[in-house]
Amino acid sequence: MNELGFPIISFVTFFPIFGVLILMFIDKDAKDTLRGTAMAFAVIEFFISLPLLFSFQNGTAAMQFVERYTWVESAGLSYFVGLDGISIWIIILTTFLTPICVLCSWSYIQKMVKEFMICLLLLETAMLGALVSLDLILFYVFWELMLIPMYFLIGVWGGDNKIYAAVKFFLYTAAGSVFMLLSIFFLYYLNHKTTGVYTFDLLELYKLNIPVSTQFWLCLAFSVSFAIKVPMFPLHTWLPDAHVQAPTAGSVILAGVLLKMGTYGFMRFAIPLFPYASHQFTPVIAGLAVVGIIYGALVAMVQPDMKKLVAYSSVSHLGYVMLGIFAFNMQGVQGGLFQMLNHGISTGALFLIVGMLYERRHTRMIKDFGGIAKVMPIYATFFMIATLSSIAVPGTNGFVGEFMILVGAFRTFPILAVIATSGAILGALYMLWMYQRVMFQPLDKEENKVLKDLNAREIVTLLPLAILVFVMGFFPGYFLRKMDASCDHFLKTYKQQVAMYEQGLEEGGAKLAAVLEDNNLKSTMAD
Amino acid sequence: MEMLEFVVPALNLKAILPQLLLALTALTVLLVDVFAGKESKTSLGALSLIGVASALIALFMTRGSFESAYAGMLMADGFGFFITMIVCVVTFLTILASMNYERICPEIKAGEYYCLLLFAAFGMSFMGNAGNLIMIFVALETMSISIYVLAGFKRDDLKSIESALKYFLLGAFASGFLLFGFALVYGASGTLDIVKLGIYFTAHPETLHHPMVMGGIALMTVGFGFKIAMFPFHMWTPDVYEGAPTVVTGFMATGVKAAAFAALIRVFFVGFAPLQADWTAIMWLAALLTMTIGNLVAICQTNIKRMLAYSSIAHAGYLLIAFVVGTDLARSGVLFYLLAYAFANIGAFSVISAMGRKGEEYTELSDFAGVGFKYPLLGLMMTVFMFSMAGIPPAAGFMGKFFIFSEAIKSGYIWLAVFGVINSVISLYYYLGVIVRMYFQEPEREINIIAPAGTMIVALSLAAFGVLQMGMFPSYIWNLARESVKMIM
Repeated sequence: MNELGFPIISFVTFFPIFGVLILMFIDKDAKDTLRGTAMAFAVIEFFISLPLLFSFQNGTAAMQFVERYTWVESAGLSYFVGLDGISIWIIILTTFLTPICVLCSWSYIQKMVKEFMICLLLLETAMLGALVSLDLILFYVFWELMLIPMYFLIGVWGGDNKIYAAVKFFLYTAAGSVFMLLSIFFLYYLNHKTTGVYTFDLLELYKLNIPVSTQFWLCLAFSVSFAIKVPMFPLHTWLPDAHVQAPTAGSVILAGVLLKMGTYGFMRFAIPLFPYASHQFTPVIAGLAVVGIIYGALVAMVQPDMKKLVAYSSVSHLGYVMLGIFAFNMQGVQGGLFQMLNHGISTGALFLIVGMLYERRHTRMIKDFGGIAKVMPIYATFFMIATLSSIAVPGTNGFVGEFMILVGAFRTFPILAVIATSGAILGALYMLWMYQRVMFQPLDKEENKVLKDLNAREIVTLLPLAILVFVMGFFPGYFLRKMDASCDHFLKTYKQQVAMYEQGLEEGGAKLAAVLEDNNLKSTMAD
Repeated sequence: MEMLEFVVPALNLKAILPQLLLALTALTVLLVDVFAGKESKTSLGALSLIGVASALIALFMTRGSFESAYAGMLMADGFGFFITMIVCVVTFLTILASMNYERICPEIKAGEYYCLLLFAAFGMSFMGNAGNLIMIFVALETMSISIYVLAGFKRDDLKSIESALKYFLLGAFASGFLLFGFALVYGASGTLDIVKLGIYFTAHPETLHHPMVMGGIALMTVGFGFKIAMFPFHMWTPDVYEGAPTVVTGFMATGVKAAAFAALIRVFFVGFAPLQADWTAIMWLAALLTMTIGNLVAICQTNIKRMLAYSSIAHAGYLLIAFVVGTDLARSGVLFYLLAYAFANIGAFSVISAMGRKGEEYTELSDFAGVGFKYPLLGLMMTVFMFSMAGIPPAAGFMGKFFIFSEAIKSGYIWLAVFGVINSVISLYYYLGVIVRMYFQEPEREINIIAPAGTMIVALSLAAFGVLQMGMFPSYIWNLARESVKMIM
């Protein structure tokens, strides 16, 4: 049992399932009751996840609140959950965004409200499960489970091209992850060969020394799976489709949490399990991250559709996160983690904002708007805050993350960092240009003149995000302190392992040379 | 050479109690049908259910008394136990679904129907328990002849008749091949007893590559390959599955496959164990082609029964992976997978069988458009079964694939596992297609189905429970499967 003497992680993870069960017994026409119940569960869920944050020990990199039960003994499966500084904030972000998603769907979702709320709560459980799992198969189960509700969210409540987007989303992610599954099996087998124990326990598998050539393939399979989720250029093509077709709540969850699963996967699984192969991959991944930053920004700039613009900006932002992580220094890694949260908040807010306008006008085309700031001043304010956060203006959270990443990246790859910095300028360009075209300029369309400003529910939806933008911008220390020990540990083990492998390779190389020489000698002597 | 000895075997009722109960129930059903009035026909299903349930109970009560009975003809061992369990579960669910299907397809509301179903189960169960090649043949014929008739039970439907005729003609050929194979092996080794075959071939390895033995094994592979729908003996599957009454299709796809795999494993791993190295290469290729062709062709189907027929071919391919791997754990994987597959497949066919009203059935994929929200229960259940067959957690199909693929990797069959997972992804496309139609599309034409009866709801709930239980808490069944394989005699 863990520190609190209470299986808090399981409780937090599976609490939304109670909500699902209760929703099942509510009449499907009682829409407000359904919304209210889902909201209540989402809010309570957020509050019961807070003790995780408050009793979290800053000073240690060990897993906290650990729970472990046997699942299938003979196969070495266990229910093993816990969290550390890498996952704690993403978990809180998940429980924080879900009530916002319920709130923003209040009037947006009119058909099949019951099923929608069930999907949303199910998704929350799956995401939390994936974030706390420390058994590889348990992780895989939750990882795949995330796909199902998201698939329905896009496919049932999506836009005109929803079927294409939903199937593409599912197939893309599933195709990537089955190879990860095979690699997991291979690890399991390797571990048994070295230690004689059958286990999927992540912490045990960390200790495994994997031959370099094997490590390359295993790491490749894991990386492709996570890179699809991030998504990294050139595996990003599912993202714009999924984002544009998904309902607002789906986009918020997708951007806020699901994409983080990819970057989280790198930090929790791919890098610590295969340090040397990750070391070998670093130039490729960092290069692709920078390509993603620039490419995402350039494509975003020419989008006529606001939602698509925000979707491509995600490709760009996640490029920063990857660049930061693969810089392998404290600033880069912490910046990457911090940027994951930022992106969840700022992009989440942008999707909400675009969704609110769409709900009023049923169009997202930039050219259909202009001068909106005159009729919707409160809306304009929130939009501005989200935009500033997204382009990383000092004082907002985005600045802290991006600044740390760039500092970290400069220390490792100066040239790439210079190029990435120009991406920041492009970011400002496309965001501000969109803001200008939508909010300023003459109010010349009749339909736009009668638009109503935000109502109380919408303000409540956006306000927490707007506050967080500044809290995280002014007091990043509180957030970073919880990550310190884990990031430090992550880097230390990584560097140790890489050094060990390099030394091993040198020694192995020397040995090989000796053997070869020996053989040569023998053959010459035989002659 | 050993002569055929005729000894009067000791009567051991305990060893065949479950099968005996199945046969007795079958006869009782037939008698009740003859002597009771027309109104009692509704109780035939219930009577059969009781029979199957008591067989299942008897099976668990006699479990652990592993013995070879009737002069080695019968192996009441752990392996037979597990196969009989699958057969009983499959039959139980089929009968439940049939009681609903009676209202859509009134032809099956007859004593012969339930009687044949029970006799087929009787044959399947003996296939899993058979300890002698002749016993396998007799059991296989008992099963097959019942199923030939069941496939053609919709007498006025051309497709059903075509299905029965096709299955009968090709099946008769396959049985011929099998029997001829047995004869050749007998000619070479002088015994039909599977255990003695194993002993003989271990003692005389030089006979293994005798043309008669090789020929015998090749012919047996054809015979079994036909029953499990292995490439290239799978061509009958889609036509037969499409034409047969839907509940019978579900029964065929699961029960026959389980029984045939059981016999295949017993013959090859007990009888011809020393030959393993020789058949591995062929089966490797067969596994790859079976799953790939099954999955690729399934994608282009427009009829859901045909689609599931091809999907069942693909599943035979996954099972063949485990057959190639051949370790104890892989064989436990086969058993686990067969049960997981049985739950999902019977469930899916039950849903399809519920999609109709008197005299009209909706089996086109396009008929499923909008079903998810119009008939929430059917939609939800179908979703669970489709995800299970696609191998998405937390459904049983995932655990089945987990056990098989992890064992394949462990034993060094990495490429086979790679092809296996690639195939899983391909299969996702058409399984998702069903869900896309049910939930994401608007109905193309108005369909009206009769509300599913209580028995159907029970059948679906049991199948879904099985799928989720085996997916989330696989320990119990997995341990059962592992013990069963250890106790193969």
